[in-house]
Amino acid sequence: MSKTTETAKAKAAKPTATKQRAEVGSAMFGRDILVEALEREGCEVIFAYPGGASMEIHQSLTKSKIRTILPRHEQGGSFAAEGYARSTGRAGVCMGTSGPGATNLVTAIADAYMDSCPLIAITGQVNQNMIGRGAFQETDIIGVTLPIVKHSYLITDVNDIPRIVKEAFYIAQSGRPGPVVIDIPKNVQQQKTQPVWPTFEQIKKGLRGYTQPDLRADELALNEIMGLIEKSERPVLYCGGGIITSDAAAELKKFAEATNIPVTTTIMGMGGFPETHPLSLRWLGMHGAAYANWAVSGEFELRKSFDAPMVKLKDGADLLLAFGVRFDDRVTGKFEEFCKSGTIVHVDIDASELNKNRKAHLPIVGDIKDTLTRLNAMLAKRPLTKKHTPWLAQIEEWKKKAPFAYAVTPEIANSDHMKDHMKGQEDQVILQQMVIEALYELTNGDAYITTGVGQHQMWAGQWYKYKFPRQLITSAGLGAMGFGYPAALGVKVAHPDKQVVDIDGDGSFLMNVQELATAHVEKIAAKAIILNNQHLGMVVQWEDNFYAGNRGHTYLGNPDDRAQVYPDYVRVCNSFNVKCERVMYRKDLRPAIQRMLDADEPYVLDVVVPYSEHVMPFIPAGRTLADMKWKV
Amino acid sequence: MRHTISVLVENKFGALTRIAGLFSGRGYNIDTLNVAPTHDATASRMTIVTHGDEATLEQVCKQLRKLTDVLDVRDFRESEYVDRELVLVKVKVDSKTRAEIMQITDIFRAKIVDVQPKTLTIEITGNESKVEKFVGLMQPFGVADLTRTGKVAMPRK
Repeated sequence: MSKTTETAKAKAAKPTATKQRAEVGSAMFGRDILVEALEREGCEVIFAYPGGASMEIHQSLTKSKIRTILPRHEQGGSFAAEGYARSTGRAGVCMGTSGPGATNLVTAIADAYMDSCPLIAITGQVNQNMIGRGAFQETDIIGVTLPIVKHSYLITDVNDIPRIVKEAFYIAQSGRPGPVVIDIPKNVQQQKTQPVWPTFEQIKKGLRGYTQPDLRADELALNEIMGLIEKSERPVLYCGGGIITSDAAAELKKFAEATNIPVTTTIMGMGGFPETHPLSLRWLGMHGAAYANWAVSGEFELRKSFDAPMVKLKDGADLLLAFGVRFDDRVTGKFEEFCKSGTIVHVDIDASELNKNRKAHLPIVGDIKDTLTRLNAMLAKRPLTKKHTPWLAQIEEWKKKAPFAYAVTPEIANSDHMKDHMKGQEDQVILQQMVIEALYELTNGDAYITTGVGQHQMWAGQWYKYKFPRQLITSAGLGAMGFGYPAALGVKVAHPDKQVVDIDGDGSFLMNVQELATAHVEKIAAKAIILNNQHLGMVVQWEDNFYAGNRGHTYLGNPDDRAQVYPDYVRVCNSFNVKCERVMYRKDLRPAIQRMLDADEPYVLDVVVPYSEHVMPFIPAGRTLADMKWKV
Repeated sequence: MRHTISVLVENKFGALTRIAGLFSGRGYNIDTLNVAPTHDATASRMTIVTHGDEATLEQVCKQLRKLTDVLDVRDFRESEYVDRELVLVKVKVDSKTRAEIMQITDIFRAKIVDVQPKTLTIEITGNESKVEKFVGLMQPFGVADLTRTGKVAMPRK
């Protein structure tokens, strides 16, 4: 070793040595320590609604470089924080006051927990000496959120703030990400102390029980995967949100191309593998592509009743590589019938996902990016010779047989929508799928898309092809209506130069309609398309299929005047100073979408569509591919 | 099936609730639960006795390991561990039964820890079967009250 490198090494070692020691600051109030701690974690925006128990922190925020966005409801703010987090991979931060402010964050916390989204939810709490006395706006938010957090903290000592905030960000963002709640009593915010800023190493040392971020797949298991691939004739990659979370999209693409294995993704995994790629099978599950489902579990004849025998027409995968997925029931249908004849390899960073819903033949705990990188290295050394040509030909045949499709069916032609809204213009009817198809074309497939929950969400999954990770932001696991527009605000804040469009339903959009004010006041140019069918479309679809079309409170329009489109979103939006157009006829659709995309301010399109349109394909809950309806 | 689960946990705020919540959230009852610090003052050991099917308890153990405050989880199988339980039992006595109760107490190497005119409080330590047997023998005399620590367990190796 030369002398120069030695001195360079000594120099390099010195700052790390000082880094080991915590840094002590001058005396500050708890509220200021909290805000500085957020700044130190790189927080650039917080979605926060003030109240008595959190106003101290808002006072500090007025002096901070952190952008504070005032939502019009804590739920909107917390969904926006999720939009920010899901589109960047960095923790989104939201805050509410004690009591109702805190409970209004609960839905987003549950949502972040289900979809492994890094969310920091800060709640004000009543003074410590008032806790447990039923004080005004007091709720035990730690207790309320226990089963839906990755971790939570009640700060009882002002000196703990720097450590707790640093731990919270680390826990929220690492391993399998998730929500962390920090509950901070008002008197702690008002106390003064000299903050001690711990280093990352100190934090990690203090978290002895938290080992998830360091988990790596066993080398032997990786060799076993290679062996299984070599043996298989009909392999399929089934990939989920884990690919996106661990930033492994490039590694996945490399792996799929090197092995020539087709890839299907869950809704959480969309964009983790480009849906425009020839190896893409797109989406699988209840409303996924028929060909993706057949590729996994085999093609079956549609049976007349649920107890009729299943008749298999063609074999599905003999090897399923399940990477960063959780075998959600909306993906698998009946667990036992899912990829029944295949060998299942399941890799996930969360050991509790292995063998939870579907027993895997080879369960492996480990980070998926690390796993794929090492598998790619093995492939580079020993390339595969198999091209799976017959299998890929079979898949092409399936793709041709059952692509996503729509048509103006007799149900639509005879629907109330035609009588109430389309008289004399029946040929101009707009179907939901047409809207998303047009949006896809007019945005060149480059826009960030958020959704509410329901039929429109499924169509957003089918008719927009996602090319890059984090492009689709949707409440998948929890299925929280009202998610779409506030989430779009969060995405737009994180990516101000990108087109962000919320594809929403009339039911979902109305649930957080107040966030139009946030969009206008904060000048966040997120767009929204409401696929307005005046109904809770997904529930209607189930009513049509399983309850003989009996409507159980699923009509959202004006019962006294069904011809009216209710509420009038043009007037609603205008009252918020947000531009909005109603689109009724097909000829107006594309120009209207173009005007919306061209606007440099928030813009809403209210597109009126028939409620009798069903999402196809459709596998009833808990059923099998022999029960999948897919012909339009 | 009955399981004895040993959880080593950081002595931190809310740890016990988080752990108990994992059981209650899945509709599982905890039969017995014992918590106390170990030789390391920053950690406590919990011994949980519960019953349920294998797959769900495997899930519960994995979920326990996921908790940030949990350092170690072991699901003990038969003969892999030693276990004890301490029970205080208050038995009704009169002049006719006192001698017999004291005799049984002696045989079980239990200890009389309190004497009242009409009751005796007896401390007994042992594994489950011994404790159950002793309590069973006390039933005919009339058990006025009973409190037990729940099982504490430690692996043999």
